[in-house]
Order: sequence, then structure tokens, then C-alpha cells
Amino acid sequence: MELTDIIVKIILIVIVFAISLVIAMYSTYAERKVAAFFQDRVGPNRAGPLGILQPMADGAKMFLKEEIIPTRASGLLFIVGPSLAILTACIGSAVIPWGQKLTIGSTIIDLQVTDINVGILYIFGVVSLGVYGIMIGGWASNNKYSLLGAIRAASQNISYEISMGLSIIALLLVTGSLSLREIAEQQHGFWHDGWFTWNFFKQPLGFMIFIVCAFAETNRTPFDLPECETELVGGYHTEYSSMKLGFYLFAEYINMFVSSAVMATLYFGGYNFPFMDSLGLSANWITIIGVVVLFAKIFAFIFFFMWIRWTIPRFRYDQLMNLGWKTLIPLAIANIVITGIVVTLLN
Amino acid sequence: MESLSNKKKVLEVKPLNFWERAYLPAIFKGLAITMKHFFKKPVTIKYPEQKREFSENFRGMHSLKRDEHGRERCTACGLCALSCPAEAITMTAAERQKGEENLYREEKYAAVYEINMLRCIFCGLCEEACPKEAIYLDGDIVPADYLRKDFIYGKDKLVEAPLNQ
Repeated sequence: MELTDIIVKIILIVIVFAISLVIAMYSTYAERKVAAFFQDRVGPNRAGPLGILQPMADGAKMFLKEEIIPTRASGLLFIVGPSLAILTACIGSAVIPWGQKLTIGSTIIDLQVTDINVGILYIFGVVSLGVYGIMIGGWASNNKYSLLGAIRAASQNISYEISMGLSIIALLLVTGSLSLREIAEQQHGFWHDGWFTWNFFKQPLGFMIFIVCAFAETNRTPFDLPECETELVGGYHTEYSSMKLGFYLFAEYINMFVSSAVMATLYFGGYNFPFMDSLGLSANWITIIGVVVLFAKIFAFIFFFMWIRWTIPRFRYDQLMNLGWKTLIPLAIANIVITGIVVTLLN
Repeated sequence: MESLSNKKKVLEVKPLNFWERAYLPAIFKGLAITMKHFFKKPVTIKYPEQKREFSENFRGMHSLKRDEHGRERCTACGLCALSCPAEAITMTAAERQKGEENLYREEKYAAVYEINMLRCIFCGLCEEACPKEAIYLDGDIVPADYLRKDFIYGKDKLVEAPLNQ
């Protein structure tokens, strides 16, 4: 690898990192604003015009709050928990292709931090690591509520990872590749050979299962049982304060951003948009528009996350397990079988 | 037994049909409902900038009135303090001196008149008890403050502004 490549990659990493943090920051603002709109309210509107500076105020508050580590807590693990949560949240975005190649002079910039050929497996691994942050934090707090939250998070994630994996297997039967870049390229344009190119139209059931599991994996309503403030005080982060709590909350929003990006890439064409070949623009412009389109899709998904949050009440724990084991897994298996038959017949 | 009102309703517990068990149609219905609210105008009144219009008989902060010559009407009879169920009103009476006829209407006046706004329940009984029409609860909402002692309002805050001289 040449020096320029390394510099370009480092710049790309910093940009992706900064973007995920800024989006996570403004997701907190958007969440409050969207919640307010859904409830016929105004939402935060005091800090700056329309409350635009609210996340800064929240962040400053988080930093200035007193740092409390309970005496009976397990000191090191108590700090490892939130750090692990935010670390795993941040590294997930490494394999997501943000756009096509950008050509500046003679250098070709690949708008993806790294194109490993097992991108999906990588994402999967990172997602399943994410639960350790919650588990360690919950256990280290030495608090019954935290422990209950951590146990819930662990069993919920294990249950839903299965159906998530099964729904992805069906997708892989269609794409024949594990690389996210290749999957995105296969969905080029919008319409090809008499059918939509986007995987959503080839795998509607798979997408449905995937999105339900994504909700469960990111601990969002209606599957937010690990935090569940009405039953468990704050769940796994009951004992956390100051920026360590901020890390947990931030990790949730970054997870939301990454899973939105994954869903957009896997099922909704990633950076592809209809009529991208017939616009007659140069490749660079198509790339830039593609990045904008991808972010529009991501924001749409984040909005959908919030929309669901203010629509559906929380599941009871047995309902959650029933849905995961008795409904989603059989559905996902059926989906694999049907997809397999259809793929075989079409070839 | 036959019920008296005859409003008996037989509840039937049917097993859920397929679409009800599938969650999704209900979820989409719910999404449509919340989306309707998303575009509704918020009902919020942004308080310090906008104010809700008070009703005509709203009882807010007290004011001690002056008569048409700008003299204080209060004669420190103590009926308001006596009628106050929350015991929020205290006063000290004083005799009007020569040369103060343009300040006080009667021969006796309240040298100190204090209302503890933390005790006051804004019932309006002082207003009804006053024989001189000197006290009315026609002001605004009592503003927030930091210290308890600052909620004891003296004559400086209660007495109506003097007529333009």
C-alpha cells in the first residue's frame, strides 16, 4: 500500500468516525423533536434557533456531571462496559460502502474504509460483540436492576441474532457474495431485466425479519427491555452517571445509525438510485449524489426507528421470546427454503 | 339476576384471526395514526413569549388599589387577614398624619402590608371581605423566585402604581 493510500484511508476513517458521532449526537435531538411532533408538542426549542444547540448543551452537561463509581461495583469492568459498547458501535461502520469510486486527478478514492470479502460476517461479529458492553456494564454495577437488564439484553440478542442470521442467509442465496461492496454493486440502478434490482423487492420477507431483528439488536422500542425504565429503573445503566452513561446512550444511537446503513446497503440499494445511468452526469457527480442518496435512506431508516418507538408499546418478555423463537425463526427458515427453490428454478 | 339498568353487555372472547396474530396490519394502522399526529399543529403555548388568555374571573397576584385621587384605599381594618384561610396576610396599621391626606384616603392606613405568596391559595376571600374595595386579585401569575423570603410581597410590589402626577 502506498503512502497516499494510507493517508486517504486515514482521512476516510476520521470522516466516517466524525459523521457517525455527529449523527448520533443529532439523533438524540431528532429523537426528542420527532417524539414531540408525534405527541403534538414542540420539543426542545430554547438552545439556539429551533433548539439546534441542544445536543451541545446535553454533551456539556454529561461531561460536567459527577462521576460516580459505586463502592461495591467492580471497578475496572465498570469502566470497560461503556467503553466496549461505544467501541463496538463505532467499528461497525468500517465495511459499509458509502459510495462508488471518486476520481481526483490520478488517485481513485474508494469510498469505503475496507472492502473485506466477508463484510456481512464482520458486521455480524461486531453486532454480537456489542452485547458484551451491556452485559459487562450490567454485571459490574453490582445492582439487581442492572443485572436483570444485562441478562435480558444477552438473551434477547442471542435469540434475535439467530433469525437475523437466517434472514441474511436467504439474502446471500440471492446475491452470492458476502462483500457489502459487491452486494451494493449488484443493486445498481433500480430496474433491470424486468425486475427491481434492489434486494428489498427480491427478499421482502427477509427484510421484514431483518428489520425486526435490527430493532431487537439495537435495543429499541418495542424491544427495549434491557433498559425498560418502567420495570428496571434504567436497566443495565442504572448505576451509570456522567459521560459513561453518555457512552451507553451514544452507543445506542451509533448502533441505530450503523444498522440503518446496513439495511440501506443490503436491501435498499445502498448508494444506488433510479435513473443513475441515464442522467448523463460524470462519474464523480453520480458518486456524490449516491452518497447523498445513501444518507437520505439512512435518515429515513432512523426516522422509521423513532416512528416505531412512538407507535408500538413495549413487548412483555415472554412475548418477545415467543416472537423471536416461535415466529421469526420458522419464518426465516421458510424464507430460506422458498428462496432456495426460486433461485434454483430461475438458474 | 336481572340487572336494574338493563345495560348488560355480553363479552365474547374470540380467538385472534390470522391477520390479528400477524401483528403487521395493526402496526401499520398504528403507524398511520401516529403519522397523522406528526403533521398536526402542536398545542403548545410557548409560555414566556406567548400567554394564554386568562378568563375574566381569573385570580392572580393581588394589587392594593388607589381611589380616583390616587390615595390608597386600604384602611388596615384587618378583615382580609381575618378572612384569609391560608393566613397569608399580615399588616401593621398606622395613623394618618397631617399633610398626608393626599396619600391615604382614611385616617388609618397600612404602614406595612405583606402577603406571603407561598401561603396564598388565591381563593379571593380577601377580595370579598374588603369593605373598602382596596384589594383585588387582578394581577398576573406570581413569578418564580429563588428564595422563600422573596415571596413575601410588601407594599412596594402590591400597591398600584400612582396616578400620573
